[in-house]
Amino acid sequence: MKELVILSGKGGTGKTSVAASFAALARNAVFADADVDAADLHLVLHPEIQVRHKFRSGHEAVIRQADCLRCGACLAHCRFDAVRMDGKEDGEATFTIDPSACEGCGVCVELCPAEAIDFPERMCGEWFVSQTRFGPLVHARLRPAGENSGKLVTQVRTEARRIAERKARNLIVVDGPPGIGCPVIASVTGASAVLAVTEPTVSGEHDLARVFKLARRFGVPAFVCVNKWDINPAMTERIEQQAAAAGATVVGRIPYDRAVTDAQVNGQPVVEFSKGPAAQHIQQLWEHLWKSLV
Amino acid sequence: MKIAITASGASLDAPLDPRFGRAARFIVVDTATGGFTVHDNTQNLNAAQGAGIQAAETVSQLGAELVITGHCGPKAFRALQAAGIQVVTGATGKVYEAVERLQKGELQPSTSADVEGHWA
Amino acid sequence: MKLAIASGKGGTGKTTVALCLALSADGPVRLLDCDVEEPNCHLFLKPEIRHREPVMLPVPVVDAAKCDGCGKCRQLCQFNAIAVLKGKAVVFPELCHSCGGCVKVCPTHAIREVECEIGFVEQGTSNGVEFVTGSLNVGQPLAPAIIRAVKRHANGDGLTILDCPPGTACAMVASVRDADHVLLVTEPTPFGLHDLKLAVDTVRELKRSFSVVINRADIGDNRVLDYCRAENIPVRLQIPEGRRIAEAYSRGEPVLAAAPELQEKFRQLLAEVTG
Repeated sequence: MKELVILSGKGGTGKTSVAASFAALARNAVFADADVDAADLHLVLHPEIQVRHKFRSGHEAVIRQADCLRCGACLAHCRFDAVRMDGKEDGEATFTIDPSACEGCGVCVELCPAEAIDFPERMCGEWFVSQTRFGPLVHARLRPAGENSGKLVTQVRTEARRIAERKARNLIVVDGPPGIGCPVIASVTGASAVLAVTEPTVSGEHDLARVFKLARRFGVPAFVCVNKWDINPAMTERIEQQAAAAGATVVGRIPYDRAVTDAQVNGQPVVEFSKGPAAQHIQQLWEHLWKSLV
Repeated sequence: MKIAITASGASLDAPLDPRFGRAARFIVVDTATGGFTVHDNTQNLNAAQGAGIQAAETVSQLGAELVITGHCGPKAFRALQAAGIQVVTGATGKVYEAVERLQKGELQPSTSADVEGHWA
Repeated sequence: MKLAIASGKGGTGKTTVALCLALSADGPVRLLDCDVEEPNCHLFLKPEIRHREPVMLPVPVVDAAKCDGCGKCRQLCQFNAIAVLKGKAVVFPELCHSCGGCVKVCPTHAIREVECEIGFVEQGTSNGVEFVTGSLNVGQPLAPAIIRAVKRHANGDGLTILDCPPGTACAMVASVRDADHVLLVTEPTPFGLHDLKLAVDTVRELKRSFSVVINRADIGDNRVLDYCRAENIPVRLQIPEGRRIAEAYSRGEPVLAAAPELQEKFRQLLAEVTG
């Protein structure tokens, strides 16, 4: 079984549009949306959710006002500015924890003289197992300020793999997160290949270099494709040369084509919506990539 | 000598789990008696971070002097070193096969981590 | 006045808007690049860096002679950064969030803290804009700590513009949580709308004043405008999709040079949100 992870470094390069088209082109695959911060694949694949799971990670401090002595120990111990004091003097002020600032370290919980601080698990989001007309999709949604998407990404990938094994599917296509942080590392480890979708801009170039570094460090073969390449052909050439120098394989280019946005507006993968230049090039890209994978 | 092997099942013919920190179970084999015990690793499996370090602490408490696994990241490796536990990485197959290969001298302890640590 | 430029989704033009605003401001202005995982402002602003300082965080060190291996520190640590091995606490600083709890609970006073570098903050100027950026050392998980360090350089009462990380996770929240106003940059596409809604939920939860800028306004459809109208969210500016703008951006050139007609609109926008 192969697992292809689609990454971009910088966001907004067309990664999800490519992933959605691969979903339409792959014959026997399972799909995973690991871009849990801004999951968009479902807007094109229209999943029917079959199972929902809560995602909990870490803890957060909550002061029980009835038991609080108003001594301010929590405020003094917190290094994350998460304790809010309303009122001026000790003994009269009310103390509350700002959940958006609480790091979940538990120091206030441990050191509260009245043991008046609870430490429940933090609800960070939900993940779903769904069915689409192209095959099963595992996706997730992080709550605002939800943390630890690395753990959630791993959960999504693990479930996709389990489904692929059970249903004897030969490919998992993962729409990966932007950036190069924890969620990206979590989406790359142990994958068969990374496809980096980038655009010919200085930011695209800058962030792509970091993606290749990451893929190499984790020993995953990297492929690259420049989207909207005709916006800056010289930059495209340069990016492709740098990619080759970094050990990545150039597998195709996608021209600027408004059909990509129109397909999105229509809620369809571009290869299904249009027969135009972008659709044709994505089809070729897919064929090259599939040959390289198997 | 007590050996801890990362295992995806609860018996000696279970497949070896390639992960260390997030292994499903540890099977501890006493080579002197041939007896073994099975230990769940669920708690570390769900840890947000630092699973390898806590797993090292677990096998240390179980009295293991050597660990056989697939991959071991740098932090887990450092923790195992601090606990005086040797590490064999790159092992595959079933749990009892790994023990046999070690006894035949076919598996050698490694001197460094073999993967970057992180979610795996 | 802290004006944060954010977006649920990456690649909507957040950095472009932040730069255009900074370059259109009349008085003194400071631009903080809070996207410390993928800082890009400097690629366009090309500032001359005058000052660089490390960002330090205290991490615990165990005095093995005093440690009796009781494990209290390990029990407290929520980040699994401490293990008790061979009867002694061992610290793994790369997992430490620097909460200071282990020092406080150690009954034998065997733990003290030392300052450890996790990244750096740089300051410079370019075209009259005071610029501050931060970067996380590779392998460090604590982006919010660098963001807090960058934000300590806010311009007091003057205008500070923050280019925030994309998404709605902890790094974005750390950037916008004390902003006086948040501008959410989006595109008029289904992806743009979906991620805008997540960002709106987040800034509402943080009780921030906010409004919207629509970039590439002539692509896609009207659903973002309809949504903003229905939710009573002001749309401050619509920037057209133009090959001129896209090409200038791709070369790392200032968008205002390619589309000078936008400058007046950014100036108006600033007057509206700061007034």
